[in-house]
Amino acid sequence: MPTERGYLEPEGLEKTYRFQQDSIVQEVDILSSRKAFDMILPLLGPYTIGYTKNGRYMLVGGRKGHLAMMDMLNMELIKEFQVRETVRDVAFLHNEQLFAVAQKKYAYIYDRDGKEIHCIKEHGKSLKLQFLEKHFLLASINSFGQLHYQDISTGEMVANIRTGLGRTDVMRVNPYNAVIGLGHAGGKVTMWKPTCVKPLVTMLCHHGPVTAIAFDRSGHLMATAGVDRKIKLWDLRKYEVINSYAARAESLDFSQKGLLACSNGSQLEIFRDTGGQDYKIYMKHRMVKGYQVGTVLFRPYEDILGIGHSMGLSSILVPGSGEPNFDTFVENPIETSKQRREKEVQSLLSKLQPETIMLNPNMIATVRPSRKKEKKTKKEIEDEVEDVVEAAKNTEMKKKTKGRSKASKRAKKREEEVLKAKRQLMEQYKESDGRPEKKQRVSDEVELPKALQRFAKSRQ
Amino acid sequence: MRVKVISRSTDDFTRERSQDLQKVFRNYDPALRTQEKAVEYTRALNAAKLEKIFAKPFIGAMDGHIDAISCMAKNPNYLKAIFSGSMDGDIRLWDIAARKTVCQFPGHQGAVRGLATSTDGDLLVSCGVDCTVRMWKVPMLKMVDTNDAIGDASQPSAIYTWKHAFWGVDHQWDGNLFATVGAQVDVWDQNRSEPVSSFEWGKDTVLSVRFNPGEPDVLITSASDRSITLYDLRMSSPARKLIMKTRCNSICWNPREPMNFTAANEDTNCYSFDARKLDEARVVHKGHVSAVMDIDYSPTGREFVTGSYDRTIRIFQYNGDHSREIYHTKRMQRVFCVKYTYDGTYLVSGSDDTNLRLWKSKASEQLGVLLPRERRKQEYLDAVKERYKHLPEVKRIVRHRHLPKPIYKAANLRRTIIEAENRKEERRRAHRAPGSMPEQPFRKRRIIKEIE
Repeated sequence: MPTERGYLEPEGLEKTYRFQQDSIVQEVDILSSRKAFDMILPLLGPYTIGYTKNGRYMLVGGRKGHLAMMDMLNMELIKEFQVRETVRDVAFLHNEQLFAVAQKKYAYIYDRDGKEIHCIKEHGKSLKLQFLEKHFLLASINSFGQLHYQDISTGEMVANIRTGLGRTDVMRVNPYNAVIGLGHAGGKVTMWKPTCVKPLVTMLCHHGPVTAIAFDRSGHLMATAGVDRKIKLWDLRKYEVINSYAARAESLDFSQKGLLACSNGSQLEIFRDTGGQDYKIYMKHRMVKGYQVGTVLFRPYEDILGIGHSMGLSSILVPGSGEPNFDTFVENPIETSKQRREKEVQSLLSKLQPETIMLNPNMIATVRPSRKKEKKTKKEIEDEVEDVVEAAKNTEMKKKTKGRSKASKRAKKREEEVLKAKRQLMEQYKESDGRPEKKQRVSDEVELPKALQRFAKSRQ
Repeated sequence: MRVKVISRSTDDFTRERSQDLQKVFRNYDPALRTQEKAVEYTRALNAAKLEKIFAKPFIGAMDGHIDAISCMAKNPNYLKAIFSGSMDGDIRLWDIAARKTVCQFPGHQGAVRGLATSTDGDLLVSCGVDCTVRMWKVPMLKMVDTNDAIGDASQPSAIYTWKHAFWGVDHQWDGNLFATVGAQVDVWDQNRSEPVSSFEWGKDTVLSVRFNPGEPDVLITSASDRSITLYDLRMSSPARKLIMKTRCNSICWNPREPMNFTAANEDTNCYSFDARKLDEARVVHKGHVSAVMDIDYSPTGREFVTGSYDRTIRIFQYNGDHSREIYHTKRMQRVFCVKYTYDGTYLVSGSDDTNLRLWKSKASEQLGVLLPRERRKQEYLDAVKERYKHLPEVKRIVRHRHLPKPIYKAANLRRTIIEAENRKEERRRAHRAPGSMPEQPFRKRRIIKEIE
């Protein structure tokens, strides 16, 4: 049954960003008020969080090795364990049965019961993990700036791309076209796909290192934040800045309904689109001073923002951020185990190949655009040669006197003209047989400047 | 302030009893489904592969005859029954579901050349090289009772002897007349022992005859002088004649478009004509590598099946110039007759090796009653394959058919020969004055002339 989107409406002269979480929590119903919580876990370091695609399960990873998975529907803890190593990032795989953790030296995959399933050494010291669920690809960026794509269903490493742009831990997957966006220390943002060694797009976004990047679900918007104290909103069709705000952000996230959350120190700001991509501040949240917010993530299909900070986790209510109506066959927040198993099988059957990742995903099955320079067909070339030969044959020969215009000589001259004209054309249309053109040897003494002429190889 | 937050109570979203189905909620917003085209393409590819895995068109062979099968007849009232006549005079009635003979009709002293049933299903007419036309009463009770493996032989209800050997017979739709062909075209009434009228155009043997399903008085014949002749029973003389370069072995009218017919020709092609405009073929169906012996249309009128001397059966779309499907078996020798069953699901082929073979018309179709869920899934897969079938990977799989080596080599040879001829044509045309050698459209090429 269709549910209405959440809202927060001020009355009179009130502004939405003046409302505190306490007042909001008091106004909503009991079920929702229970969803806003603060978990103080001071010992085990800054926490990163991850949600499953249907927003039901949350995975929490503390820097000092604390891993926990919770069922948010019933607010119960499923499994909690210590890996006794630095944990840098956590990510769910296709459902809550498996999750990947970027640990100190390698990346590991664990089961729901906390069993270690795989230790993936190829990824190296990964800093960030992202999962492309339609392709079953686990993407990671490591401390050398290498981007790895691994197919989780077959286990094969699909791509290992050396970005060449140094160490970075700013990585996000664009949900619209499954392209990975990386933010680099020089202010560049690059976009990658597994089948291409070079980035698809390189944009110079900031005057300093990029600190955070986020993609909107519609695929048109990208938000980037840099050390130059700017948050920029980019249009991904024209690759131009739509809006720029003077603010700092250590992490950014877009919600399903287009709200943008930025975290900065112990402060959180949430921006909302007021028509025409004009983002204005919607809500503010201040945590206890000293809590450094590391990750912000909107929970799918709920009006909740999950915050992972240096002293634990929090979850705040953000009315209007989640999609109220879910589709059972896309993502189901109230899945039974049978439905989950069915969905796993169906998504494996329609698993996309890594070659289908492209900037414009609607280009599949469209007509290939014609090449700008149309290659002339054989017939056309032949016709052209014929025309040129005709023209050459009909050129006016100068009449020579004193016995120098013999018929044989004239005929020979005419043949030479025709051959000359043909040769010019044939050089133009010479087909190469696929081998790269032979590089000209530096042997022509005439071409080189005087100073280098002694380096010319003499042709024997 | 007014606040509302999404809150779903689990009561609304869970089913009430464990016997109920799980509740399903839909949101058709395309923003929730990213990369849909890629997903559909992957599904199309998988569906094409699955179709090939499940493509098992051969159902079974019906064994019993001791000589090659020369003709078959089907009846619109009984889906399960098919009559077959062989070269030694043995006519049998088969139950297709059990693949057994229900009844035999012995009597002919030579090859049975033609079989036809009347539209109400009571009468079977057979004609043969022994110059007789025999009429049999079709035993209706025997149809239902399939326990009898071989029923007792029936006596013909009438035997008419005539002057010349017969080559084919066909019964009028919704009428009492039937026509036999041999040295000439004779039209008989069921109750008369002599033909009611005779037609003759030229002195050559007439090979096959068909009555038009839409116009009960129009019939078409093909003769060994490479002609196709149209007759109208209301006139006293033949209506129109079309002479081609090679002989047509068999003709069939399109049951849904009764003005169109398709002729199976000796030059390995089938030609579809509009009977009103015979100077140009509408479609030329190419594919076989040897003479096409028989042709039959599906009751939907959208496709037809051809059996050929090259031991294969091909299914063509009614307007398609290449076959959609080809069936072959090592055991099946020269195919002399093919029939599409009246529900459009099966084909029956009668061949030189004394067997009738039963095939599925759609090779990967799941027969029997499908659950609505299965049916919907199949329809979705068909639709998604249709949408992406032009893409190279999908096209390669959908198009692929295994051909027996002799057929494959023969087809390659034909292609080489045809290409060589075309090239020579082009060069001749290029070396002549422009316009002195007109291009003849392929659909006209094999037609010599049309005579009124």
